[in-house]
Amino acid sequence: MSRLSLKNSSNAASPMRVVTTKNLIILGVIAATFALVWLLRQLGIVTSVHESTLALICINIILAVSLNLITGFTGQFSLGHAGFMSIGAYTTALILLRFPTVWGFLAGLVIGGILAMIAGIIIGFPTLRLKGDYLAIATLGFAEIIRVVFQNMEITGGPSGLASIPRMASWPWMIGLTILTILVINNFINSYRGRACIAIREDEVAAEAMGINSTKYKIIAFALGAFFAGIAGGLYASYFYFIAPGKFNFLTSINVLVIVVLGGLGSLSGSVIAAVILTVLTTMLRGFTGVNNIIYAILLIAMMLFRPKGLMGTIEVTDLLEKLRLFKRKEQVE
Amino acid sequence: MQGFFQQLVNGLSLGSIYALIALGYTMVYGIIGLINFAHGDVYMVGAYVGYWVTTFTDLGWIPALIISMITCAILGVLIERIAYRPLRHATRIAALITAIGVSLLLEYTMMFFMGARVRSYPEVLENRLFEIGGVVISSQQILIVVISLVLMFLLNFIVRYTKQGKAMRAVSFDHDTAKMMGINVDRTISFTFLLGSALAGAAGVLVGIYYNSIDPLMGMMPGLKAFVAAVFGGIGSIPGAMIGGVLIGIIETMVAGYGGSLYRDAAVFGILILVLLIRPSGLLGKKKGNKV
Repeated sequence: MSRLSLKNSSNAASPMRVVTTKNLIILGVIAATFALVWLLRQLGIVTSVHESTLALICINIILAVSLNLITGFTGQFSLGHAGFMSIGAYTTALILLRFPTVWGFLAGLVIGGILAMIAGIIIGFPTLRLKGDYLAIATLGFAEIIRVVFQNMEITGGPSGLASIPRMASWPWMIGLTILTILVINNFINSYRGRACIAIREDEVAAEAMGINSTKYKIIAFALGAFFAGIAGGLYASYFYFIAPGKFNFLTSINVLVIVVLGGLGSLSGSVIAAVILTVLTTMLRGFTGVNNIIYAILLIAMMLFRPKGLMGTIEVTDLLEKLRLFKRKEQVE
Repeated sequence: MQGFFQQLVNGLSLGSIYALIALGYTMVYGIIGLINFAHGDVYMVGAYVGYWVTTFTDLGWIPALIISMITCAILGVLIERIAYRPLRHATRIAALITAIGVSLLLEYTMMFFMGARVRSYPEVLENRLFEIGGVVISSQQILIVVISLVLMFLLNFIVRYTKQGKAMRAVSFDHDTAKMMGINVDRTISFTFLLGSALAGAAGVLVGIYYNSIDPLMGMMPGLKAFVAAVFGGIGSIPGAMIGGVLIGIIETMVAGYGGSLYRDAAVFGILILVLLIRPSGLLGKKKGNKV
């Protein structure tokens, strides 16, 4: 397959550069994954247990990629992702319980994402002038407040949450939205706004001196990250039938952060790989009740001690492939 | 008014416990700039050690308190040595994730050996109630406040007037310069963990005696709230942590006492956010300029 793509690359030096070898390979991998799962499910090899793991992987990828935009690329240390996720989850659940159709689901996702984004902006404006650990604690505080509010509202079912939410989020929805998230965030990072965010991460004072309005770009990154966290929450609510405030506590935020750090801050493909590894790992460990969390904790410490920059650092998988000369870095301009 | 003073008394005893935990946070943050997420779990281990000593031996609560402090001090030093020291020059986030890993490890190891169920301390201290002008004060509350005060004075003495304390202050000011002055930085950091963890152990035993229920996840929320208290008082400042802890305790009890018991956790975090917005350096913290 790679040979075929290489051949293509020489012809495909179109001005738009959409049909590059790199993009074709990525598209191929995605299509193959999708088709493989689809086929295996038709053959009955993938059971509902596997499918729920796959769903969890997709949700974790969306969460990790969106948090990576905030923490990895913009350098803003956030511990409040579960809060945004819960806003999306509750919105989708409440809409779906009233309109149990695909349109209700779609509306729930979009409205949930937008509400999470609004929450992100409201939280971001005052807190984003804080730095480092202080920002982390402030976002953690906000997420806890959101959780306490859901816990005490009647419409959200209080501490027992909402149950029997119609399942609309099927496998195509899951992978579709996962790819959409990665695409949007990848394109954002490669836009001039994304470059501004990276500049803020590298050195905020220097970025300001270059004329970058750091507050504006931090809020954009925060809002975009919150939006996709809301989408992930909506998928979660619709796939697992049941949500409760306890599911969106600070450990949930921590788990997302762990995925991001493990994959590498500033590496989208790292987040994807870490999300797959960690989700599969926790699912496998679930069999060993009692020791599963101990093993998870030890692995966490060990990974940080031996690889504090994460699996990928700030490199993407495609960069690695370029090093291996699987395809050329840049097409030559004729 | 009577109700107000009653809440004040209750808040003061809860606040003393927060203050004891907050001291460990503030010292560790002051010296290596790490939010030691495992600190709340050291406090949990302290509570369990107190439980074992009072349940399985016929020693009283004072030996239990001392044994628990020693155990936690050793645990704190070990945690620093094994998990944090190799990461001293790594990124903040890597260190933080490690701290979270240690926290989970302590919680679930305890759960594995002791089970998740809530346990209660035996009656180690007769609880007498005093009534002063309609306000009920229990002897346990007096004990908590007195022991906390004694420990805080002791800590203050160590930090201000001993050689080790001087070294701690020097290291928290500047690692490299302290090293050039011949201070053993690693040992000083270990000593800081030792002090902070011993205080957390004492807080654990006091909570066990006062609330009479302990469980493996008991350290999470008080840990976070104690951190809020440390930020409130000005992180890195020892008197700040004491004042912050007591204030957070009183505010939480007041919110709970005046009908907002469901929102008590939210109130604490609300205060945190207000403090961070209005005065990010906290009540007694020093302002730091932005160096380029």
